[in-house]
Amino acid sequence: MTEELRIGVFICHCGINIGGVVDVPAVVEYASTLENVVYAERNLYTCSSEGLEAIKSAIHEHELNRVVVASCTPRTHEPLFRATCKEAGLNPYLFEFVNIRDQCSWVHMHEPEFATEKAKDLVRMGVAKAARLEPLEELTSDVIPSAVVIGAGISGMTAALSIAKNGFYVHLIEKGSEMGGLLRRLYKLYPTEELAKEFLEQRIKAVEEHERVELHLSSSIKDVEGYVGKFKVILDENGVEKSIDVGDIIVATGAKELEPEGLYEYDGEKVITQLQLEEKLRREDLNRNGIENVVMIQCAGARGEVVKYCSKICCMNAIKNAKLIKEANPDINVFIAHNELQAYGEEYELYYRDAKKAGVRFLRFPLEKRPKVRKSDGKLVVDVFHERLLMDIPLEADLVVLSTPLVQNPDAEKLSKMLKVPLGQDRFFFEAHVKLRPVDFATDGIFLCGTAQGPKDIEESISQGYAAASRATIPLAKGYVSSEAIISSVDEAICVGCGICESVCPYGAVEVVETEEGRRAKVTGVKCKGCGTCGSSCIKRAIKMQHYTDDQLIAQERTAFVTEREVVS
Amino acid sequence: MKEEEVKIVGFLCNWCCYAGADLAGVSRFQYPPNMRIIRVMCSGRVDPVIILDTFLWGADGVFIGGCHPGDCHYLQGNYYAEKKIDMAKRLLKKAGVEPGRLRLEWVSASEGERFAGVMKEFTEEIKELGPIKFEKDEMEAACIAAADYSLRILATKEKELLEEGNKYGEVFTRHEMDRLLDDMVREEYEAKRILLKLKRPMSVKEIASELNLKPNVVFRHILDLKRYELIEAHEIRDNTPTYIAKVEEGVE
Ligand SMILES: Cc1cc2nc3c(=O)[nH]c(=O)nc-3n(C[C@H](O)[C@H](O)[C@H](O)COP(=O)(O)OP(=O)(O)OC[C@H]3O[C@@H](n4cnc5c(N)ncnc54)[C@H](O)[C@@H]3O)c2cc1C
Ligand code: SF4
Ligand code: SF4
Repeated sequence: MTEELRIGVFICHCGINIGGVVDVPAVVEYASTLENVVYAERNLYTCSSEGLEAIKSAIHEHELNRVVVASCTPRTHEPLFRATCKEAGLNPYLFEFVNIRDQCSWVHMHEPEFATEKAKDLVRMGVAKAARLEPLEELTSDVIPSAVVIGAGISGMTAALSIAKNGFYVHLIEKGSEMGGLLRRLYKLYPTEELAKEFLEQRIKAVEEHERVELHLSSSIKDVEGYVGKFKVILDENGVEKSIDVGDIIVATGAKELEPEGLYEYDGEKVITQLQLEEKLRREDLNRNGIENVVMIQCAGARGEVVKYCSKICCMNAIKNAKLIKEANPDINVFIAHNELQAYGEEYELYYRDAKKAGVRFLRFPLEKRPKVRKSDGKLVVDVFHERLLMDIPLEADLVVLSTPLVQNPDAEKLSKMLKVPLGQDRFFFEAHVKLRPVDFATDGIFLCGTAQGPKDIEESISQGYAAASRATIPLAKGYVSSEAIISSVDEAICVGCGICESVCPYGAVEVVETEEGRRAKVTGVKCKGCGTCGSSCIKRAIKMQHYTDDQLIAQERTAFVTEREVVS
Repeated sequence: MKEEEVKIVGFLCNWCCYAGADLAGVSRFQYPPNMRIIRVMCSGRVDPVIILDTFLWGADGVFIGGCHPGDCHYLQGNYYAEKKIDMAKRLLKKAGVEPGRLRLEWVSASEGERFAGVMKEFTEEIKELGPIKFEKDEMEAACIAAADYSLRILATKEKELLEEGNKYGEVFTRHEMDRLLDDMVREEYEAKRILLKLKRPMSVKEIASELNLKPNVVFRHILDLKRYELIEAHEIRDNTPTYIAKVEEGVE
């Protein structure tokens, strides 16, 4: 740095909060002896309007080009002091905060001498850092006011329609030839028992008729690049390549039912899945085939058999279908062999009781002894272990229905790589935070809803569809996104393109790209959140984490107990 | 500060531990005044090189505070921090320093009381260990080894090796991983010790006796260092070749 360093230090009394313990005048005196410090003063309250004025006038009067305030915590007051520096024409990132209240005077109240010594040390460290600060700029970039929704199941349709109604253009991309997703294959829906077909028809119509929804059927995503505000999505629509520019993206790709190959004598005819049963019910061919006994097996392939998780909706599905069979023909015996029963909430509990009233029989088995399906004299028998009798109960069955879990689509892996968003342990798309950010990905500008995120029923899928749409609308409505000023940057002359940085960045903000010099890492400023993990991982130490550079941290650490002069020499 | 007072430097992540320390203040929980806090945005930012440099410059203890697993503001930063600190501890051990002088703790923004408790405890532990003692050469070697690409790759890839395996699909057990880490740390540390010795020309035998290593081990390192063009042959002295470091590689 060629310019002469002129650091100003402002020590706050914070009334008696600091001044009552720390010898503030002594700290000011000490500060003024430090390397590069040209001005030091104390204020009763640095954050008061007089205090802020004092900073501004000192910047002008003493031509300060770095400001250090030693007071409370940056977590509350940093924005204020940065703004003050900016008002005085100083880049706000040339400001450094030293905490001598929350982490000094308040916690060493009975050791004023030590507290004063500590305050001096902290000020010295802050000054050492300030000497190495560099001006930074916050960048803003425009947002293309439209969105892409991937998957036209109920959650994707809901999200698309909601964004369109909010006044923005939406591209709804569906790999199949029709909208509706899994619902197309269902018979009636719990808990209302309306026909899935009718339920869907109204919604499909609303989407088709909306002027701001552009539907892309039989389309698959080839590539995605860009970042929040400026995504480019490349599509293959019926064999024709198309490129769409949008501001953000919603993933609503749903899930599929586990195919229980090799489990419980599954054959797709006499031993079928719930989804296959729904198709049979739709065609009303149960009665025609003279079926007398139906046995449903819960958790088939779930909870440790093929997948680890509980698929959450299969109990209600089974109860629904058992009840519908029973109500249509009370002569058919319907058994549900289950371990636990997920019928949460009052509405679902009542639904379960109705099924019982209708004559559906429930049998509980322990998870370690799941039911077995065997053939005896050409007939199917399901052995269900009875927990109290400690023996198998053989149930004759004309039809065995396996309640298998929802599982991720096989092509989700590819999509997750293209979007650079993660899949979780269960292979479902993984949200940024279960409670705080349930429909966001960690990556800005990409959201998720429906069963793509994990098993859930229609009501929850629709709620998430609305939620994702409203989240996605924020940048569209705002029209711009601003990026952190504190981001990392790569020194291309040192980088060898190993990709370690890319592998640790949770936001896909640093990527290895081809350059004229070969493969090099590159940071996309708008995506970077400034954690610095890439920097401390880089094998060549080629990454500089702005505002927390190696140089700055080392200066702070080295001056913790000795002076800058001793460090530099 | 009195001579017998121990010196501790703490790197605290902005979102959890730093906030926890603030809360300790707001709630007036008292703790010993030995630690000097440096704020970082994420515990994942803390480079093992910086940790070792902090010891090199006289800290008796170094404390790293991050968010509890699963709570990292940046999702996984604390996970990587853990691996890096583990690496730094292994290097500390090599330099003859008690690894207990380096401590990583997860403290949330709501754990003000716990922060104060941890401070008391850690300060006590460091007091018990007393002022730090090390050979400057050894700590410098540890610092440079922490900057070496091979250890940095290993620290980052540990999870992958344990869970998904290497590119040949060999998954490592915890025990194998520990052995690999120890081997690599020893190798790099020895190599850096030799490199630092070679600021002046020396023969294999001289290095071996000064560093208390077997000559064949030293020779192997010399070949490697030559291959990476970090050292070069200097002159033949009494029929034995001597070597010297090419680039002055030191701590910045
Ligand atoms: C047997 C069974 C019975 C059920 N019964 C009920 C019930 O009675 N009541 C109830 O509330 N819930 C029920 N459910 C749950 C319900 O089906 C789901 O909640 C609902 O389908 C979730 O909607 P979705 O839009 O998230 O996903 P989906 O319906 O799976 O739709 C996802 C869409 O995305 C498309 N897609 C996938 N990948 C891509 C890609 N890469 N590119 C483009 N498009 C893609 C798919 O083709 C599909 O059209 C049942 C589920 C099953 C399995
Ligand atoms: S880790 Fe470092 S050397 Fe490797 S690609 Fe990233 S910046 Fe380049
Ligand atoms: S600082 Fe963090 S967010 Fe930014 S590129 Fe590095 S790892 Fe990614």
